[in-house]
Amino acid sequence: MDNSFAWDSLLDLLAGVPLTLRLTAISVAAGAVGAGVIAGMRLSGVLVLDMLARAYVFVFRGTPLLVQIFLIYYGLGQMRDVRTSVFWPFLRDPYWCALLALALNNAAYASEIMRGGILSVPHGQIEAARACGMSRILVLRRIVLPLAIRQALPGYGNEVISMVKATSLTSIITLMEITGIAAKLIAESYRAIEVFVIAGALYLAINYTLTRLMAALEHHLTPYLRERPKIAAGEPS
Amino acid sequence: MGFGAAGWGKGLAGGALTTVLVALGGFGFGALLGMLGAWAKIGGGRIARGLADGYTTVLRGIPDLLVIYLFYFGGSSVLGAVGHLFGATGFVGFPGFLAGTMAVGVTSGAQQTEVYRGAFRAISRGEIEAAMACGMSPLLRLRRIIAPLALRHALPGLGNVWQVVLKEASLISVTGVVDLLRESQIGAGSTGRPFDFFIAAGAIYLLISTVSSWGLRRAERHFSRGVRRA
Amino acid sequence: MSEIAVQLTDIHKSFGAHEVLKGISLEAREGEVVSILGSSGSGKSTLLRCINMLEVPDRGTITVAGETIGLRPARGGKLRVIDTAQVDRIRSRVGMVFQSFNLWSHLTVLENVMEAPVHVLGRPRAEAREEAEALLAKVGIAEKRDFYPAHLSGGQQQRAAIARALAMHPRLLLFDEPTSALDPELVGEVLRVMRTLAEEGRTMLVVTHEMGFARDVSSRVVFLHQGVIEEQGPSRAVFAAPQSERFRQFIAG
Repeated sequence: MDNSFAWDSLLDLLAGVPLTLRLTAISVAAGAVGAGVIAGMRLSGVLVLDMLARAYVFVFRGTPLLVQIFLIYYGLGQMRDVRTSVFWPFLRDPYWCALLALALNNAAYASEIMRGGILSVPHGQIEAARACGMSRILVLRRIVLPLAIRQALPGYGNEVISMVKATSLTSIITLMEITGIAAKLIAESYRAIEVFVIAGALYLAINYTLTRLMAALEHHLTPYLRERPKIAAGEPS
Repeated sequence: MGFGAAGWGKGLAGGALTTVLVALGGFGFGALLGMLGAWAKIGGGRIARGLADGYTTVLRGIPDLLVIYLFYFGGSSVLGAVGHLFGATGFVGFPGFLAGTMAVGVTSGAQQTEVYRGAFRAISRGEIEAAMACGMSPLLRLRRIIAPLALRHALPGLGNVWQVVLKEASLISVTGVVDLLRESQIGAGSTGRPFDFFIAAGAIYLLISTVSSWGLRRAERHFSRGVRRA
Repeated sequence: MSEIAVQLTDIHKSFGAHEVLKGISLEAREGEVVSILGSSGSGKSTLLRCINMLEVPDRGTITVAGETIGLRPARGGKLRVIDTAQVDRIRSRVGMVFQSFNLWSHLTVLENVMEAPVHVLGRPRAEAREEAEALLAKVGIAEKRDFYPAHLSGGQQQRAAIARALAMHPRLLLFDEPTSALDPELVGEVLRVMRTLAEEGRTMLVVTHEMGFARDVSSRVVFLHQGVIEEQGPSRAVFAAPQSERFRQFIAG
């Protein structure tokens, strides 16, 4: 590999990292809120809400993200009501369209992870909390949510990493995050393999860091899953 | 689509067919890579295991779009270089269909490695030992006992991978291949009605995905003969 | 004559088409230790769980410490709780110990015991902590206070669960087969704690298979068979001279 080319490419590609991270962070945060709402609808026990939520998840998980992005970026502009609405400055802008598509998509996947986490809380522990006189809200806050979050962490971590990779699709609607810049470099230099290796390495670095962060968070939150602590000799058992 | 219904309907159907073919091709290629990867992780030596680990780690950490660009532009560079050797000039486009299928194959291969590995580990040791005790040769064991049992455990995971592959196949539209998404883009551009076309594309993807799920559930039921439900 | 701690009147409960409780009336006075015996399917756990509304009966009334739980008719011939706040309040005065302990896995043993007093009764943390430590010492696992439930044996977990129930200063203690999920050698340590509580004069309703406890520690025994009370009376008397044939067979093993 040509070192000066590699170095120049790296510098060019690094310029895309902030956008990649921003897109990921905002869409994960907004998606989490949406996911909470959808998971709540599915667990509400109200049939209409449950069906609506299931339909949402079905559509957003069953269609490619790229179709969703195109639909929002190109498709919404077809309708005159949209073009004349107050939202149009946002909906014609690729950045906001990308965020909207990523967040809606993430909300669907994340809601299933959250739902799984809540359903995994052992029923007996919920009963014990109610038997102490805790109200439904208190049980949710003190018992269900803490345990659900701990259970859902690994799956949620994977979903965040998926989001990092998903941001690459926004390059197709002109956003200059890492993949967008990589595509430009490849088109200019025809040196696809070298650019691919450097861009790939950047993504790997980001995802590796995220994985380690998730592992640390998991470790911190679940001391009860670790090794049993040693008992000092002579203590009664 | 109302306007020139026969025209666009046929085009979309053709695009859908291309999508399914790419998905099938990619999935099949991925199955080969996946079995190789699983074999390396289960029974391979340190080098094989390391290579397989590297393969899965790398491919789970980079975007599929980047892999498609690699195969498409990288393949074109290679073809171009080969062409130069023979005196040809200019850009030789690596066939998008092939680039897409290989890219999808490589990424799904990483996922399928984990699926097959997990499926193998899920087989109880006892059933394998019983086969050995009967005097079955390794090949016979693999064919009659291990493979069928592994397949049953692998089906749910493979179903997930298939759904992912179907959606990933939409990315090959960036290479110009006229799959379902590209056909929708063409229609959208031509009629000025992107919303209608992308909704239609989405609906067709949902249809393919639903039919696949139904087929998968039937396969799971078939392969779960004799399993007591919890 | 001491006050009536809990009174159940004509309790009926069905699960689907299967009627589990067929009109049970039962009362327990302050200071009594009542053992509820019966084979599986006799409805004894369901009866106990009706007291703190973990199961809602289809018919009947329940009165705890003089307060009747408000129930109104609902769809399908069933009953519904009128005021969940009332039920929560009553539950905070009734302690329950479960067969599978049900300690909260993300909290240490000490935090488990402190959790309800602090968050339901609103007691100050320092005060709750002090009392929790005293209770853990009382049940014999003081040194395990900072351990997580997963790191304790079954017997230790159940004793922690008893401490958790005691922390709420309950008027009434309910035990739902407290030793059924324990290895035989761990049963004794839990029964010892329960015996101590009985000797302190606490009001206890215990669903159990432990005949020794039923005969020697409880003041009264109630024998359920297929949803009705087949026999009841002072424990020693009932064990010495069982009136019903089924109960005789039951204790014979």
